[in-house]
Amino acid sequence: MSKDREFLWRRLHSLLGVIPVGLFLMFHLSMNFTAVGGEQAYNNAVGKMDLIPHNLLLVIEWVVIYIPLLFHAFYGVFIAFTASPNTGRFSTYRNWMFSLQRFTGVFLVIFIAWHIFETRIQKALGADVEFNMIADIVSNPFMLGFYIVGIISATFHLSNGLWAFLVSWGITQSPQSQKIATYVTNIIFVILSVVGVAAILSFV
Amino acid sequence: MNIAANTGRMVKVEILRQDTKGGNGYWQKFQVPYRHGMNVISILMEIQKNPVTENGENTTPVAWDMNCLEEVCGACSMVINGRPRQSCSTLVDQLTEPIKLEPMKTFPVIRDLQVDRERMFNALKKVKAWVPIDGTYDLGEGPRMPEGKRQWAYELSKCMTCGVCMEACPNVSEKASFIGPAPLSQVRLFNTHPTGAMIKDQRLNAIMGDGGLANCGNSQNCVAACPKGIPLTTSIASLNRATSVQMFRNFFGSDHYVD
Repeated sequence: MSKDREFLWRRLHSLLGVIPVGLFLMFHLSMNFTAVGGEQAYNNAVGKMDLIPHNLLLVIEWVVIYIPLLFHAFYGVFIAFTASPNTGRFSTYRNWMFSLQRFTGVFLVIFIAWHIFETRIQKALGADVEFNMIADIVSNPFMLGFYIVGIISATFHLSNGLWAFLVSWGITQSPQSQKIATYVTNIIFVILSVVGVAAILSFV
Repeated sequence: MNIAANTGRMVKVEILRQDTKGGNGYWQKFQVPYRHGMNVISILMEIQKNPVTENGENTTPVAWDMNCLEEVCGACSMVINGRPRQSCSTLVDQLTEPIKLEPMKTFPVIRDLQVDRERMFNALKKVKAWVPIDGTYDLGEGPRMPEGKRQWAYELSKCMTCGVCMEACPNVSEKASFIGPAPLSQVRLFNTHPTGAMIKDQRLNAIMGDGGLANCGNSQNCVAACPKGIPLTTSIASLNRATSVQMFRNFFGSDHYVD
């Protein structure tokens, strides 16, 4: 990378994590949540996606999801591996969040790669994305556990990342504003986790 | 020797030694006669007087840095029982034994507990952590600083470049280029000073380079570790806002460099 670009790369990493990747995650979890209403409701909701012309959908997928996600993932792995976590010596809440953010980030790269392979790539190879596809995947208790951990990692990484976004762009400056942001992002974490886990459990 | 006048209690100390720059570290155990009100430096002075390990083997005296002995110079920082702090103001009575002393390994170790904090001084030069007053003629008085501002800026000026925040930060290490919390907070200090602020944009641009402000990972260890209670994370967040604005000014070529 060229000299003195690191500031821009880091800021871009912070921004892309929220817009569009974070927004997409919220959309994705909301879509999954329709499964709580049963197989029919879920297949109806997912079927709506097919109304978007295929080429337009591909462009949207690449611009809104794949390219930002790939940058966020690979630059994030670089960030994670240049850190030297020291929660053993400094066991404060924020230091634990620092380490967990990096840990969940690296885990999510693995989880999301597997998840995309199992769903989107299978669709491209001709499989049909519908209720039974996911039900088949999570009928294996190990995979159900893997998905639940993956979903909670994602909701944690987003909500804690939102807190860091607010600091990194200078929106929350004072200790008090950062504390309030901690409460708000924790609430977001709980809500998104409930939505995400309820959705996956309704495929069981 | 008036050691006999003591209580007879011995203080157990373990020190991570290193003979040469880049050499291997090894632990040595010592026992030092207790005196009332001892600090960590007085332990090291006892070892200097009698450099014999717990097993009775002769060894070299332990090397360390010190200067003011009142927690304002920052020279005597080391890792004491896992926490970076000043050895002058750390009292033996407040520590659990054995007392473990290690150098702050985020810096290059020169010998034993001595480290080279040069990267911090280089960082201060890089960010122009001073008020520019030199000219070819008398520049006269600068603008006055509001009293309320002076009061909190004074807190930032307490930084003694001791390196404790650098040691505590998980993003400052030999493998990462991050400038660290202390020099960043100095940018906020000198950008607050009415005369210092005249080159505000230069300081902001200096921390918007590689290894700069954006490498902060918000673990907030610095503010928890700072012996002077400097609001380092508030300084960093404040600079984040200032650089957000500067970033747009640079991108769109604004001529409002210093407001």
